[in-house]
Amino acid sequence: MKIKVTINGVAYSHEVEPRLLLVHYIRDVVGLTGTHIGCDTSQCGACTVIYNGMAVKCCTLLAVQADGADILTIEGLAKDGQLHPIQEGFWEKHGLQCGYCTPGMILAAYQMLQRSPNPSEAEIRHNLEGNLCRCTGYHNIVKSIQYAAQKMAGR
Amino acid sequence: MATATRLFGSSIKRREDPRFITGKGTYVDDVKLPGMTYAVFVRSPHAHARIKSINTAKAKSAPGVVAVFTGQDVQTGPLPCAWLLPGIKIPPRPVLAQGKVRYVGEPVAIVIAESAYAARDAAELVDVQYEPLPAVVDCQKAHAKSASQLFDDVPENQSFDWSIGDKAKTDEAFKAAAVVVKQRLVNQRLITNAIEPRACAASYAPATGDLTLWVTSQNPHVARLLIAAFILGMPEHKLRVISPDVGGGFGSKIPVYNEEVAVSWVSKALGRPVKWTAERRESFMNDAHGRDHITEAEMAFDKAGKILGLRVTTHANLGAYLSTMGSLVPSYLYGPLLSGVYTIATVFCRVWGVLTNTSPTDALRGAGRPEAAYLMERMVDLGARSLDMDPAELRKKNFIPADKFPYQTPVAFVYDSGNYGLALEKALEMVGYKKLREEQEKARKSGQYLGIGLSTYIEASGPAPSQVAGALGAQAGLWESASVRVHPTGMVTVFTGSHSHGQGHETTFAQLVADDLGIPIEHVEIVHGDTGAIPFGMGTYGSRSAAVGGSAIYTSLQKIKEKGRKIAAHLLEAAEGDIVFEGGKFSVKGSPDRAKAWGEVALMAYLAHNLPQGMEPGLEVASFFDPPNFTFPYGAHIAVVEVDPETGSVKILRYVAVDDVGKVINPMIVDGMVHGGVTHGIGQALWEWGVYDDNGQLLTSTLMDYAMPKADQLPMYETDRTVTPSPVNPIGVKGAGETGTIASTAAVANAVLDALAPFGITHLDMPLTPARIWQAVKAAGKK
Repeated sequence: MKIKVTINGVAYSHEVEPRLLLVHYIRDVVGLTGTHIGCDTSQCGACTVIYNGMAVKCCTLLAVQADGADILTIEGLAKDGQLHPIQEGFWEKHGLQCGYCTPGMILAAYQMLQRSPNPSEAEIRHNLEGNLCRCTGYHNIVKSIQYAAQKMAGR
Repeated sequence: MATATRLFGSSIKRREDPRFITGKGTYVDDVKLPGMTYAVFVRSPHAHARIKSINTAKAKSAPGVVAVFTGQDVQTGPLPCAWLLPGIKIPPRPVLAQGKVRYVGEPVAIVIAESAYAARDAAELVDVQYEPLPAVVDCQKAHAKSASQLFDDVPENQSFDWSIGDKAKTDEAFKAAAVVVKQRLVNQRLITNAIEPRACAASYAPATGDLTLWVTSQNPHVARLLIAAFILGMPEHKLRVISPDVGGGFGSKIPVYNEEVAVSWVSKALGRPVKWTAERRESFMNDAHGRDHITEAEMAFDKAGKILGLRVTTHANLGAYLSTMGSLVPSYLYGPLLSGVYTIATVFCRVWGVLTNTSPTDALRGAGRPEAAYLMERMVDLGARSLDMDPAELRKKNFIPADKFPYQTPVAFVYDSGNYGLALEKALEMVGYKKLREEQEKARKSGQYLGIGLSTYIEASGPAPSQVAGALGAQAGLWESASVRVHPTGMVTVFTGSHSHGQGHETTFAQLVADDLGIPIEHVEIVHGDTGAIPFGMGTYGSRSAAVGGSAIYTSLQKIKEKGRKIAAHLLEAAEGDIVFEGGKFSVKGSPDRAKAWGEVALMAYLAHNLPQGMEPGLEVASFFDPPNFTFPYGAHIAVVEVDPETGSVKILRYVAVDDVGKVINPMIVDGMVHGGVTHGIGQALWEWGVYDDNGQLLTSTLMDYAMPKADQLPMYETDRTVTPSPVNPIGVKGAGETGTIASTAAVANAVLDALAPFGITHLDMPLTPARIWQAVKAAGKK
């Protein structure tokens, strides 16, 4: 089946198998390998992308479902060489170690801060329930998101 | 050490992060080569069965399939176990099953196709006929004459019977005891779950005979040696192993596994690149698991609470085969830790290593040391309960005094340095211990159950020295390599045998170098994870990178500076002894204007127009650092929890960690490792459990069934440190990667059981799930 998808502002068009997962389309067909795969049951959140404005685990979608969709992946977050405040927060506050869960964490935080620009610690932790990290114990991820929230609010 | 810039000790931001936060890291699954094929493994659905037949015809003719191979085709050496204990039996572990399968998930066949989807389809078409055999999963039950045997020549499934300490002396000490506490402790099986699943890609060049293997390994050189020399039987120098960005290891990426060998073999056979990436389900089944001990422990005290002796017998579940370090973890990484931080006159520990129809076990963050720390700290708490003493006071009474170092324990280790009382005092102060106990008392009266749990742990990190390891059965050395290359412009590339899979070596090692040479950190590049570029190295595990790998770098730097000093002395027409090196400049003592900058000396080393007579050109040194001893990080952790007896749920209210990891290169990075380590240990105490049913089916084979710690279950951590430099390496560091895990399991378990004390509950096995707690509270109520 033929699909048209916009990823990070670039229009793509490909012939794909109906069963192809969106995450495999993004990684293997389009070649954006910043979106990671950590599980096969949609628990880990490593594959989180922004899909028509929503944080979505793209291992749960088929590529054909994404026909016409507008997708933001980690590669599209920095603009003109300028890191997004969330990326900056993760760097400043040591919100990553091995880096594997990081793209999903950052994009989950992206939606979180759109919905709630000034989240409490409890709110941040609750919203990260769908993203697993084995390295950081989440402590510095919480701090990274707090940093980003402050920065985005111009504080 | 040069101190001009003092990068050593400062929390600079990580240099590797820009690529990770922009999605530009390169993990193994990101590797894509022209003509790549994809591998899918057919795995055993049975825990124990004879293979009657394998029919691959249908699979071979499926669309897109390139080849299908079984154990009959892939004839290689077995996957080796690298630590030999006296009398150990190591039954061969084939790359693909040979005639029999012994655990669910054991690879039976490999299907190669033009796409991963096609390979997966075809794998379904491989028809394997099995004759199921009785399975045994419990390591105590497996260790019996009547138990089903995995291997004909391994009676009672016993791989080894290992002991340490003085049995007669320990038995004698127990006779004199006023109080003996006795407890059966089950240290449950854990499954590692690094968020990046294991992966490998192999590419063979028929024209040259070179094989390149990308693999998610913590120790690429060890993988190369074992795969080339012992399994595939190919020249070691013709195999290049690259471990690029690796998404967490935690021990599970130390062993050499079936998949990378099979994929390498297939790439050679087909002359095409082959890639395999684990699905999480496969990680659950075939990544090495951890822990799984059943232990009987007894601790003897005198009337005043002095520990007189410790007697331990442990059944350690090795799984169906011995993994690479499967025999080391429950023996030398466990028994020698059973003196803890305490003066105990005598300790005896016996361990039976038992084979069962489960996934092989190996290192999992802490590896043996968390099992020991949990045992020690639970037993001390049980002692405190029995003696009616405060657990902090009982610990203080038994600490090895600060003036007794180096300290010889009764179980082989000589501890390097420490001040255990200081760490505990600090933690007690941070948590407000006295007041907290009062609050606890008050809360109990109003039906609220707070628990305070202590863990004053010790760990042995940076395993060493090689000679001793060899005498104890290691089939490898435990040193580390570092090659420092100074370029003509004075820029520096360091090739380290350590491997970073989250540790941040590109930052901390560069701090070490920039500081020591007095050059900008931007002028330093750290290269790791490529056997084609780096001298043989041992890799990263056992919290060894800074202590052993960092010291190797430091050693090379001293030799580089020595040569630089000779060149500078020659150029400045001064005596070598008069040259001082500071702030990136060689100058003559007393006349700082007579100086040569670092870059000038580096350039002259390569121009070689004017070098001291007989000196070779160039400025490059490789060092191999073999430390004289382990380092022994320690600390005091305190968990404060609230248990709801109505639901059995546990809430962690506070967590205080005071660690002594010696000198600290980057405090931010060390704190981060403590947070992650503590979380891993909390996971074991409260949630994580790798469960097999009696037939050997893995019941926890997805992240839906296996409970990983999540953000909303955890508090913000309160961390601090004491600093006792290690005397066994030139930079005074210990290890920080595992301390949190080693400490926190016992701290949280002790806290929960402290909360449950009013119900008369003295012990529950982990994980301390709501169901277990609720049942125990109900049962206690009936009494």
